[in-house]
Amino acid sequence: MSGVTEEPICELRIPGLADRMSLVRVTLRSAAHHCGFDVSTTKDLVLAVSEACQNVVQHGYAGQDPGDIILSIARSADGVIIRVRDFAAPVDPAKIKPRDLTDVRPGGLGIHFIENLMDSAVFLPGADGIGNVLQMTKRINGVS
Amino acid sequence: MTEHIREQDGRLIVALDGDVDLNRAPEIRKFLLGGVARGLDVLVDLSGVSYIDSSGIASLVEALQEAGKKGIRLGLVAVSQDARKVFELARLDKVFAIHSDLDSALADGKGKPG
Repeated sequence: MSGVTEEPICELRIPGLADRMSLVRVTLRSAAHHCGFDVSTTKDLVLAVSEACQNVVQHGYAGQDPGDIILSIARSADGVIIRVRDFAAPVDPAKIKPRDLTDVRPGGLGIHFIENLMDSAVFLPGADGIGNVLQMTKRINGVS
Repeated sequence: MTEHIREQDGRLIVALDGDVDLNRAPEIRKFLLGGVARGLDVLVDLSGVSYIDSSGIASLVEALQEAGKKGIRLGLVAVSQDARKVFELARLDKVFAIHSDLDSALADGKGKPG
């Protein structure tokens, strides 16, 4: 993101537990309102980023004690940059793909929601090679 | 955040409300599959749902598929605007039978064999 000016809005650090997802939603709604997003776009943003966090809970920390999730929200020139940081095993971004929606079955929709509701989403390695960062952007007048 | 269940006209009517998320999905899944196991057609009222995510959707898809295996029907009733957008995004709005209100849902099965 070299050359992109960011203004930090807020950061939330929570244990990677299902019952903390409501805190993610509350934080996102407040931050989106603060940044000037309309209600409809805010709902899209809340769903997409919540899916990113729950992927960490369900998959990143599966079979182990849950680590933390750090949600960072910053204002950019045309919207927000949101990062979901985890401390799980590094993922291979090439293997993170939305599934075929014609195959109706429970689960597997999170990545589809993220890709369709955010303007960009990219996996980055965590600092010092620990964990992962899913960096997402949403423009004020972006996709809806 | 509550679930309500009752029988009416030989159907099981399950009303969900509030946020249907990862935290509630296991409970809702159990609730819906329990309803399907009773062998009655199931109507899930989503009018009070303010938020639903992929885990909530997954619970409903699993219940729908279980219902299909048993030859019973599971339909959605009065899907809130917020929830409907998520079903459309998942392209499931044509997979589920979606009724505008309970009366039309109840009338829909009248006269069916059995």
